[in-house]
This record gives sequence, structure tokens and C-alpha cells, in this order.
Amino acid sequence: MPLSKSDLDAILLTLELASLTTVLLLIIGTPIALWLARTDSWLKRPVGAVVALPLVLPPTVIGFYLLVSMGPNGFFGQLTQSLGLGTFTFTFTGLVIGSIFYSLPFVVQPLQNAFEAIGRGPLEAAATLRANPWDTFFSVVLPLARPGFITAAILSFAHTVGEFGVVLMIGGNIPGKTQVVSVQIYNHVETMNYAQAHWLAGGMVAFSFLVLLTLYSGRSSRMRAL
Amino acid sequence: MIKTLQRSLLALGLVFAGHALADEVKVAVAANFTAPIQAIAPAFEKATGHKLVASFGATGQIYAQIKNGAPFDVFLSADDSTPAKLESEGDIAPGSRFTYAIGSLVLWSADTDYLDGTDKALKAGQFKHLSIANPKAAPYGLAATQVLDKLGLSDAVKSKLVEGQNITQAHQFVSTGNAELGFVALSQVYKDGKVSSGSAWIVPDDMYDPIKQDAVILKQGANNPAAAALVEYLKGPEAAKVIKSFGYKL
Repeated sequence: MPLSKSDLDAILLTLELASLTTVLLLIIGTPIALWLARTDSWLKRPVGAVVALPLVLPPTVIGFYLLVSMGPNGFFGQLTQSLGLGTFTFTFTGLVIGSIFYSLPFVVQPLQNAFEAIGRGPLEAAATLRANPWDTFFSVVLPLARPGFITAAILSFAHTVGEFGVVLMIGGNIPGKTQVVSVQIYNHVETMNYAQAHWLAGGMVAFSFLVLLTLYSGRSSRMRAL
Repeated sequence: MIKTLQRSLLALGLVFAGHALADEVKVAVAANFTAPIQAIAPAFEKATGHKLVASFGATGQIYAQIKNGAPFDVFLSADDSTPAKLESEGDIAPGSRFTYAIGSLVLWSADTDYLDGTDKALKAGQFKHLSIANPKAAPYGLAATQVLDKLGLSDAVKSKLVEGQNITQAHQFVSTGNAELGFVALSQVYKDGKVSSGSAWIVPDDMYDPIKQDAVILKQGANNPAAAALVEYLKGPEAAKVIKSFGYKL
């Protein structure tokens, strides 16, 4: 068996992290994307820029600020401590929070594009039929934006699987809790276990290729449907 | 137009050639030796006229880089086994391996009252996180696990251990307060003969295998006069004074 138990644990943990992050991000990202797609507020551009920050910032920057702010002396750390939750560095919860920041633009941007593409027409039509906003959202917006949701989910999942810098900064390399695949690969390389590193790294390449292939095939078939 | 371009290219070439004449030594430095080499570099450059360019990392990581063609002339390792391995694999200038420092391990907290110069707080176990460097990649991490074994605390602290990928990160976890205490290199918290911040327990030497830190001139630097000069300088009295002031033995 080329993969050790700790490798398998790391794979499971990574999948868990990516799934949970994706679900949470779809819930958090949808209202943000809806607002960004609809608003004429002067805040639109600044908020859009903040959402896009993780695209250009090195993960070490996000990781560093998370490490400092979630720590016992940081703002967020003091808040969670006063709520009796302790601090989130070196925990799976901490990684989920970090991943949400890190993958946010990969969910918000495709959703925003999808919502903008719907335009006002269908919404106004729904309104003239006296659909309330919730009804409109679930019966009109959601089905029409489905391709956007699929793209967002795939990108968020894949991007979180590929996360390294943030986890490295706030994780502490704890097996079963924060030791994800990318960190495990780094461990193998650092300790000169190149064969082990190859198995995991090769797996990542194959996985990422399949994800992107799925994404692009889905996109072209959606195009044809139009 | 073309002539101007040719001339400026020529000028550029001359500038680069000029740089190549002023010898430069590229040093891969184990993370624990970051502060000392930064103190040594200006003095070395002043004394010899050569230029020193340092890169920092975990010993295992640097080894991987060297094996894959990283352009280093000299390697200051955090252990003696990695340079020995490089020697047996024919990657160093023959006979260039020597011990430049012997490292000391310290249990350190950023909180000035947390440690009282003994292992009391470690044994009491009233902490949430104990930071160490990855024992598989960093010699100071390995030494930390030996100390925990010796104290019989390995099982008790297992669930509280957090690992930095190198000794710098292990120190960072403690200095940001995310871990209450951690095993770090004495050189990271020691200046001019005393612990310069927080509180500490300097671990007695007999609790872990000596951290003999070896240096080698790599094959790439075999004919670089600046590499030879750096090694000479590291063996000399000025460097020794600096190295000792960071808590290393010689």
C-alpha cells in the first residue's frame, strides 16, 4: 500500500474541510453575491474589492493575520474566548474559518455573474405575479443561476483542497485535525520521503485535472443548451 | 538605433561582469541560525570585501533544494547528519565539513511570568498548546521530543502538541501567544548572555542528544573564494564571539 494511514487520514480530513467549507460558503456567498449583483450603492466597488482580495494576496498574509487575530491576544481570539469557545488556531474550526476567507471570491464571483446575467426582467415578471421575494428567489433566481452555483461549488471545493499557506500558518500540523494533504506532501518532501510525496502529489494533479475537466465540459454543454 | 542598443547591451554586460568579479557567497542557513548569521554577515562583508546572501529554511527542506540543484555555495545545517549525508552522496567539497556551533534547546514562553527557570509549568500541564518544531524535519524538534520522553511527559502532552514546520514557526506560535509555551532554539530568544524576552527554562544538556550543527562547502561553491573565506571566518574568533553570544556552545 503506497499510502500510509496518516496519508489516508490527511485525505479524509481534506475532503471534510473542502466539503464543509463549500456548503458554508454557498450559504454565506449567496446573499453577498445577490447584493453585489443588484445594488447601486457606492459600497459595491469597495465590497467587491474586499471579496476579491484573496485572489491576489499571498496565503501567508491571510494566514498571518488569522494567526494573530484568532490568537489569545487578537480581537477575534478575545471574542471567542469571552464566548467560552476558546481560541480557534490549531483547530479544524480554525481551518474552516481560514478556508472561508481564502475561497470566498471563488464562490461570490461566479454567483454574482450568474445573478447579473439573469437581469431584472424575470424578477419583475415574478413581482407582477405577486411572488414574494423568497418565492422569487427559490422559483426564479435559483433555477436560472444553477450553472453559477455548480461552478462556485466546484471551484470552492477544489481551491480549498489546494490550500496550503493558510493551513501552514494556523494549523500546527496536527494529525487528524489540521494535517491536510498539501501539508502532508510538504512533510514528506521535508523528510525526504519522495516516494510518498509522489503518490500524494500525483493524486492531487489527477484530482485537479478531473475537477477542471468536469468544469469545462459542463460549461460547454451548458453553452450548447443555450 | 541598433548601434545604441548594441552599446547599451555591451554596457549592461560589463556591469554584470563587474558584479561577478566581486565574489558573492550564497549560504543556505538552518532557521535557528538566522539571527547569528545576520549579525555575522556585515562584519564578514566588511572584513573580507565579499558579499553574503543568506536563505533560511528547515534543514530537511534545504537538503531537498540542494539535491535538486539549488545554487548554494555553503550550507549551515541544524544537525550533523544531513551534511554527512550530503558528503557521502558526493555533493560537497571534499573535507569541508566542520562543526560551527552546538545548539541549545530552551522551553520558552512569551509571558514573562509563565516559566520560572525550571520545568515546573511543563510538568503542571496547565496549558492548551505546547509548540515544537516538526521532529522529523528539524533537529530542535527531535531534541524536544527527547526531553519530553525523559520527563515521561510524552503521552500527557501528546494532544497539546502543535508543530511548526521549522524552528522559526515553532517560535512564532509562541511569540503570538497561540501556544503558551514551546521548545525553541536558545539562539532565538537569547542575546548578550541572557534570555531577552518572555520567560524560559534552559534545558540541561544531558536531557537531549547534542545538537551538533555542521557546515559544508557545497560542490557548487568549491571554487568560490568567498565560500572559503566565509568558512575561515566562521572558524575565527570574531564569529565565535557572536555565535556564543546567542547561547551556542563551541
